[in-house]
Amino acid sequence: MPKRTDLHKILVIGAGPIIIGQGCEFDYSGSQAVKALKQEGYEVVLVNSNPATIMTDPQMADATYVEPIEHDTLAAIIRKERPDALLPTLGGQTALNAALALAKSGVLAECGVEIIGARAEVIEKAESRELFREAMENIGLKMPASGIARTMDEVRQLGNVLPFPLIIRPAFTLGGTGGGVAYNMDDLEQIASRGLAASPTSEVMIEQSVLGWKEIEMEVMRDQKDNCIIICSIENLDPMGVHTGDSITVAPAQTLTDAEAKLVRDASIAIMREVGVETGGSNVQFALNPENGELVVIEMNPRVSRSSALASKATGFPIAKIAAKLAVGYTLDELRNDITRETVASFEPAIDYVVLKIPRFTFEKFPGAEDELTTSMKSVGEAMSIGRTFREALQKGLRSMEIGAPGLGYNFRAELPSREAVMESLHRPNSRRIFSLRQALLMGISEEEIFAASAIDPWFIRQIRDIVDMEARIRDFGLANDMTATNADLAVLLREAKEYGFSDRQLAEMWKRPESDIRRLRKEMKIEPTYYLVDTCAGEFRAYTPYFYSTYESSDEMEVRDCRKVLILGGGPNRIGQGIEFDYCCCHASFALRDEGIMAIMVNSNPETVSTDYDTSDRLYFEPLTFEDVMNIVEKEKPEGVIVQFGGQTPLNLAVPLMRAGVPILGTSPDAIDRAEDRERFQALIQKLNLLQPPNGTALDLEGALEVAQRISYPVVVRPSYVLGGRAMAVVYDADELTEYFHEHVPEKPEHPILIDKFLEHAVEVDVDAISDGTDVYLAGIMEHIEEAGIHSGDSACVLPSFSLSYDHVALIAEQAESLARELKVVGLMNIQFAIKGNDIYILEVNPRASRTAPFVSKATGVPLPYLATQVMLGKTLEELDPWSMRKGGFTCVKEAVMPFQRFPGVDILLGPEMHSTGEVMGMGATFGEAFLKSQLGAGQVLPQGGKLFLSVNDRDKPFLPEVAAAFAQLGFHLMATRGTAKLLREHGLEVEDVRKVYEGRPNIVDLLINHEVDLVINTAGGKNTAKDSKAIRRTALTYKVPYCTTIAAARATARAIASRRDETHVESLQEYYAREARG
Amino acid sequence: MKALLVLEDGFTLEGRSFTGDFETGGEVIFTTGMGGYQGILTDPAYSGQMVCMTYPLIGNYGITEEDMESSSIHCAALLVRECCKLPSNWRSIMSLPDMMQKYGKPGVEGLDTRALTRHLRDNGAMRGIISTREQDAEALREKALALPPMQGSALAGRVLAREPYTWVGGKPGTVILGDDGAFAWRGAGLPLLVYDYGIAWSMLHMLCAAGFEPLVVPPHFSLAQARATGARGVFLSAGPGDPAALGDAVSLVRELLTVFPIAGQGLGYQLLALALGARTEKLAFGHHGCNHPVKDLESGRIVISTQNHGFHVILDGAQDIEATHVNLNDQTLEGLRHKSLPVLGLQCHPGDLDGPHAEDHLFHRFRKLCEQAVDA
Repeated sequence: MPKRTDLHKILVIGAGPIIIGQGCEFDYSGSQAVKALKQEGYEVVLVNSNPATIMTDPQMADATYVEPIEHDTLAAIIRKERPDALLPTLGGQTALNAALALAKSGVLAECGVEIIGARAEVIEKAESRELFREAMENIGLKMPASGIARTMDEVRQLGNVLPFPLIIRPAFTLGGTGGGVAYNMDDLEQIASRGLAASPTSEVMIEQSVLGWKEIEMEVMRDQKDNCIIICSIENLDPMGVHTGDSITVAPAQTLTDAEAKLVRDASIAIMREVGVETGGSNVQFALNPENGELVVIEMNPRVSRSSALASKATGFPIAKIAAKLAVGYTLDELRNDITRETVASFEPAIDYVVLKIPRFTFEKFPGAEDELTTSMKSVGEAMSIGRTFREALQKGLRSMEIGAPGLGYNFRAELPSREAVMESLHRPNSRRIFSLRQALLMGISEEEIFAASAIDPWFIRQIRDIVDMEARIRDFGLANDMTATNADLAVLLREAKEYGFSDRQLAEMWKRPESDIRRLRKEMKIEPTYYLVDTCAGEFRAYTPYFYSTYESSDEMEVRDCRKVLILGGGPNRIGQGIEFDYCCCHASFALRDEGIMAIMVNSNPETVSTDYDTSDRLYFEPLTFEDVMNIVEKEKPEGVIVQFGGQTPLNLAVPLMRAGVPILGTSPDAIDRAEDRERFQALIQKLNLLQPPNGTALDLEGALEVAQRISYPVVVRPSYVLGGRAMAVVYDADELTEYFHEHVPEKPEHPILIDKFLEHAVEVDVDAISDGTDVYLAGIMEHIEEAGIHSGDSACVLPSFSLSYDHVALIAEQAESLARELKVVGLMNIQFAIKGNDIYILEVNPRASRTAPFVSKATGVPLPYLATQVMLGKTLEELDPWSMRKGGFTCVKEAVMPFQRFPGVDILLGPEMHSTGEVMGMGATFGEAFLKSQLGAGQVLPQGGKLFLSVNDRDKPFLPEVAAAFAQLGFHLMATRGTAKLLREHGLEVEDVRKVYEGRPNIVDLLINHEVDLVINTAGGKNTAKDSKAIRRTALTYKVPYCTTIAAARATARAIASRRDETHVESLQEYYAREARG
Repeated sequence: MKALLVLEDGFTLEGRSFTGDFETGGEVIFTTGMGGYQGILTDPAYSGQMVCMTYPLIGNYGITEEDMESSSIHCAALLVRECCKLPSNWRSIMSLPDMMQKYGKPGVEGLDTRALTRHLRDNGAMRGIISTREQDAEALREKALALPPMQGSALAGRVLAREPYTWVGGKPGTVILGDDGAFAWRGAGLPLLVYDYGIAWSMLHMLCAAGFEPLVVPPHFSLAQARATGARGVFLSAGPGDPAALGDAVSLVRELLTVFPIAGQGLGYQLLALALGARTEKLAFGHHGCNHPVKDLESGRIVISTQNHGFHVILDGAQDIEATHVNLNDQTLEGLRHKSLPVLGLQCHPGDLDGPHAEDHLFHRFRKLCEQAVDA
């Protein structure tokens, strides 16, 4: 059936901010869907609060609402826009939940909006554990024994009847938030209480564990004529018990017999039909008992998921795009396969390579969080790798992780941990388990023992043993042989090593030679990678989509084209500090290049992204972002330039090595980047320009540090050099704290000096994004942070335009930014962080590259920064491009960071110099208050209109408290505080209720929070010790979803936001905002 | 042990034998199925072919008891990127290399199977030799050219049944026909004669499950003999080789058409088409895999089918038959029926019997035809 003509306007809901369990894959799927619907001539209305998405670019949808994804806002948009249909299956769990809420509240019926893709009953059937279990029984499929509990009593009852270990899964949460594995009643009570709180319906499922069973996922698509196809099967290397988002996964499934594969396939299709997903993609998860093939269904997602994004990238089949077209009435046989052009979309992709997905963790950023993998997802990103063998794909995947590992084996001279430690790591899943597998095999622990401890299928263990055996052969060869290009044995071994996925760096380490030697040897012996296509059909048909991976085979499919071309280096796996914002910039670089008629070649290893969509660039290389892998591509393609300044730290780290290898770097020179990054050179730069820097110094030991701190005076910011995202960065207020910091974070003999800066207390932090062409500078945005300096800029809310800076300050900042841009001869993007204290303006950091805020500023001003920056890098001048004329204004935008603390029980939720946020939202409004309110709502913080406010602040914040408390009192809040604070507020004439501290007996503040007797919490903490005391309050507020502010600045902004709330939710699209008067 | 693959056009690839020393030849084809290697090895329809698996890792789950399609290996050689020597699955009874050794069939790994696949895709399936004995590519090419081409090869003779047999309890059983040729049907289902040109066991399992009682007979089983058995329908099985080379079989089918409701699958479908006046032609590189979309023109639904055929049917000139299925990749014919007679044919594997749209299944449709024929 062709597309429906009774629909004209379709509302698409995005996934909102990037959080653990919902990454940038939903920008990829949403963008594909919006593009597909527009292509079909529909009018598309889009809602997404995440400004760093390609889908929210103003030219994508017809009306783009950068508004909170929550019921009332969506209802207002629907009432205003009156769409015919709502497509909720491409925006993750967020969109699905939102659609369900809109259906339940009657808004959809009231406005005559039809849900397409998955009807409300279908969503319910798939998401409600009870309904789903019933559905499975209907079709004769088994699920693990289980029960649903809504209260702790019910939890205990189930604990008495079900066999431990038990899995706890809260209903309607994404990525399994609040879930876990309980081995005894104590565990069960603890985890279930958390789960009940996390579930929006206060429902947890407690089920018999199938720990250790094989975990299999199937990606299925169905059209309205009941044609079903399987896009991809995925097998988890980590068996049941580890969330699939945290597991290393392999596509296609490797260890199922043909009959088992068929069983799983038939079951997936039966489930899709029984649940009633009429059109689109779904993901079904199974557990398979390795001892007897018993199959149980775990769950199904009636929507495009993280695994669908992976399956799309793994096979080349554009699931989201096809899902969108099926939703508007097409059938699979009416749609073409873009890659082969000749064949139709109703086929099942055949692949002739192995795909691995490896999750990226950041446990080190959350002191107190255990590195243990459970059914609650904790990874923040992932890399995908493609190879012709499992071994090749595994090693490529591991070197894509950017955790310092050039493959499975590294640090070859390091001592092995104890046998006990290795066995423990195998037994208790953790982020390093794959490396423990190698260590276990190196120690001679048997395959059987490894299997017994880990339940990892012997097939995988043997693959890793093959790598370990090869490692030994390589090492031994190096001891006994002549390393010259004329040694034929070396050529044979080297080729084999490359087929096993060993990187030059691994070989260099093993043979104790520089990496460049290995490269030279390889090239002399003509051992070079070839490039094979990802073509959906295992070579059966000619493919037209240039999507490549490297391997070491006998032929090459990459045809070098003689034309102008530029290589863009992407950002690799997402991690805290380097996320979707950089991918956004890379995509825009590609768009700009293509518009100029220059071939855009993308290199990236992150399957979640838009940049790795096969139609974003002219060519896509799905490869690790290491010097070796990038150089291989550069040598084949010979581009006129490489763009390194958009993908974040990953490509930036390659800038100097690439430049030294003679590769032309587009835009700002690597030397200028180094001048801004190298501490000493930076200091010289600041002095040369007569600018101001906070007093600072470096030290290699505690004595030195104490001396420096004494000299520049406390408080100081301490951090190790050469780290990213503020890793192990802290503010210390006295010598004791500094000593403690050294004990905790600094090794006996640090490799690099410790950096110590004067901490500018209560200074205002300002972020500036600019483009320079070397002559002119366009100041794109001067963003004022809500939180004061000292809180990582990535975690701080900020506002554009600034709301409290004086005209003089703005002028000075502009002047300084321009002088820095000119001095560094910046060509492209630049970001500068300033701190204003009194009348002094300090430069905190200069980054001559794309910043995390570039997409936000682009959206907030209507000027596409990365796009223009690319044009500038290609030689255009700012004068020609005239960004000044593009600038939109007349509204205010607030960026708010979104934190993953919910995922890490036991971790304090205070903000500090170390970045913790995983994503961001944007609030737009006529006033600062309105924009801030929306940013809070978008971030999931529902601010109360009144009620009880609990205040507790540290001594440094006390002077500012009365003013803030008074603002809330004026808004009608009832104030509550602990004794000291209450006394202070009363002295200022405020009415306050006394509340007990945690150790003052009961009921205390924590009890009140649990009983929902507090509506808002303002709680700040300074030095370490006070922080520990008030941590319980903050954790409880987080767990019980009581809105909170952890800085005085945020409290102040919150008061303004609450004051600005209107009776009716006001919504306005980006296009409407842009039509307001230009700011000039 | 080093093994050299040389195609008739001189294309050469190097690999390693995982089954010892050998030299063998045949038509080189590729299949895109990601698993199912055991079925491919033991399906008689692959007889005479050297099968290149496009999925690089083959043998991971070993060999199982349940997945045999016949009692031995029929393809000439298995060509893979990497063969797994230590399988991992609870059902596995032996490894792939052990199985190959047991039946004395050559297996080669370390081949760049994608390069081979692309070559075959662009140049068509062709003859080839793989050898561990001869390392001179030119000499091997000569040998490849000396092999009989697939076109015109009557390969069914290698694999067909010599004597009639029954299929009871998932196993072949011996048959005693009465002096008058009558057969004592067990009453386990609709009496069906299965003409065996190289049938795969799974097809017999399915026929039983669909309510037939099969009596398997050799291709030369005459019309008179057929009648004497008292069967109520005839099924023409799949098998290897060029259907046009089986003139006798086609003549016999023509005779059978006058008496029995007939269904044909694979080679059997091609013979049926030839008997009805259609013609067959060789496909460039054939259809081999399990992801081919086939549209059922009656229901409008798409079946993702398993395929293994090098020839296809062209209807022109055959007035009495009409298309029922078409391959959506290249629009070739995948199924037919007679406009008036109870005759059905399907090129691809008919799929699962208990699939979601069981009513569309070849065997269910055919059963209905047989029953109606009797009623009439």
